[in-house]
Amino acid sequence: MVIVVSLALATIRKSVPLVFASTGGFFSERSGVINIGLEGMMLFGAFSGAIIAFFSHNAWLGVLAAACVGGLIGCLHAFVTIVLRANQIISGVAINMLGAGTTVFLCQVFIHGERSFSLGSQDRLTSLGPFLPLTYIAFGLALGAALFCYRTVPGLRLRAVGEHPRAADTQGVKVNRIRFFGVVASGVCAGLGGAYLPLFSGSFAKNMTAGQGFIALAALIFGKWNPIGAVAASLLFGFADALQETLQGRAHLPAQALQVLPYVVTMIALAGVIGRSIPPGAIGKPYEREKPEA
Amino acid sequence: MLSLLLAGLVATVVIALLGENPLHVASVMLSGSMGSLRSLANTLEEATPLILTGLCVAVGMRSGLFNIGGEGQLVVGAFVAAWLGTKLPIANPTVHVLICVLAAGVAGAMWAMIAGVLRARFGAHEVINTIMLNYVAFISTNYLVNLPYFKKPGQIPQTFDVAATAYLPRLTFLYKYTRLNAGLFIALAAVVVVWVLLARTRLGFEIRTVGLNPLASRYAGISVVRTMILAMGIGGFLAGVAGAERVLGVHKHFISPFPFGYGFGGIAVALLARNNPFGILITAIFFGALASGGAQVDMVTNVPRELVTVIQAVIILFVACEYLIRRSKPKEVCSSE
Repeated sequence: MVIVVSLALATIRKSVPLVFASTGGFFSERSGVINIGLEGMMLFGAFSGAIIAFFSHNAWLGVLAAACVGGLIGCLHAFVTIVLRANQIISGVAINMLGAGTTVFLCQVFIHGERSFSLGSQDRLTSLGPFLPLTYIAFGLALGAALFCYRTVPGLRLRAVGEHPRAADTQGVKVNRIRFFGVVASGVCAGLGGAYLPLFSGSFAKNMTAGQGFIALAALIFGKWNPIGAVAASLLFGFADALQETLQGRAHLPAQALQVLPYVVTMIALAGVIGRSIPPGAIGKPYEREKPEA
Repeated sequence: MLSLLLAGLVATVVIALLGENPLHVASVMLSGSMGSLRSLANTLEEATPLILTGLCVAVGMRSGLFNIGGEGQLVVGAFVAAWLGTKLPIANPTVHVLICVLAAGVAGAMWAMIAGVLRARFGAHEVINTIMLNYVAFISTNYLVNLPYFKKPGQIPQTFDVAATAYLPRLTFLYKYTRLNAGLFIALAAVVVVWVLLARTRLGFEIRTVGLNPLASRYAGISVVRTMILAMGIGGFLAGVAGAERVLGVHKHFISPFPFGYGFGGIAVALLARNNPFGILITAIFFGALASGGAQVDMVTNVPRELVTVIQAVIILFVACEYLIRRSKPKEVCSSE
């Protein structure tokens, strides 16, 4: 019984960063902009959250900084892909590299010559019940995103812009403005997901996201580009991760079989073998009006 | 070119912010990358896998596919090279090396073709699938390397060293302790082969046509499915060979996690070279110089080597935007909508 409860708690804790980041991916991708830069955005969030908490001894300030920095990187992705209409995948790859390089670089600048640092107990968040407060925020955010997108007019517009921007445009919807909002929102969410990592584990380390941005992307796809589906997928992937840690050295099942699960099920879902995931109609295509009014 | 200048400017500002003299750093960079035979050899050693992964990305891109799975294809190739390098009892060094390199290439090709088939047959986006396959490759080789059959006893998850017959000979005439090896010549040959393939063969023509307009190619009687899968396969082959070069020429074993970054570096290389094979040779050497110079800078100044990753990222961003500044010049475009 004890093990079941601890496994359930660990599942939820592991899924928090995935919930944040996949909700972020949802905002961006549903508006029509591919965001494979989630990993880099999370890493920026993890570093800025940790470093601000470290120096200010105020974890909430760190959370705020992570959201701001994530939003800023979102702005960069939005500017490059929406305003300049550059390739969204290339921009995402660049953001991931930028995250991997810049965070270690800045870490060495602020914490002399080190590629990691630990947070003191006063720099961390105090738990609220069994979880950190960010946990409730993550699930609340995902629920909010679902209500926003399926129950409000701006949410409908966000989806319309991602499915058929020209149709939305003829209805007077500002396509690029809404996409910009979507991408910045995704940066904020991914930044928060990143901040959770050091505030939970108590330290920042080089490349600490370790692919969670991509797992979040996988959760979004496996959840059929829907926030509630993404939460379910995040919980599943979180469970696989928690189970893998619990079983370590106890069972004959190799840990790698569970680690590989998110990636494999995502590929299967995308190929349509079981319940096909279909991406938003206009994803990846920059939008411009055929001719600017003369 | 403009992108390089802008990236250089960013680097200068960052270095100045660190309180180091940018000129000093630049001179260390220069001497660390080509100031002596030793640093030149380091530069070429870093460039070798980048040439291959750059070509890998370019072949995919020419067919209209974005293969960002070079990292995983390289790892799969590296593992297979280490496997055959340690286990095959072949006395003839030429045959042994050849088998290992080819097998690594085939393994990389098959890995890449999974994404190719999923795209061509099911329409599943190759970007997502190559990302997922990267992680599947990291995790499954991590599993395999820990099996007693492969694992060298000890704490570190690495294979036994490959047999001496499987070594890619090191070019020690340049510098005694260099890790630069005959893999460089494989990479150079690959540049020529890929150029001939794309510019002078029927398959190359089909690849470029499919990349420019898949619909028109289909009406012209080209099998889009076959071309896409082949383009992914050729790219994967090159990345797999890069993995073999790392194992047989540099590390002598497979280790998990395998040194990271050549796959993504290849994207920067191919973008900057606009997918031209000879351009890739030049940009790969340029990035090789950044890496070997960056290691030197890391050692003698306060500037960490991650600056190089940052520069690479900035170059990618600028190149991506530069494309569009050029494209936005007045030009008639037939829309296929």
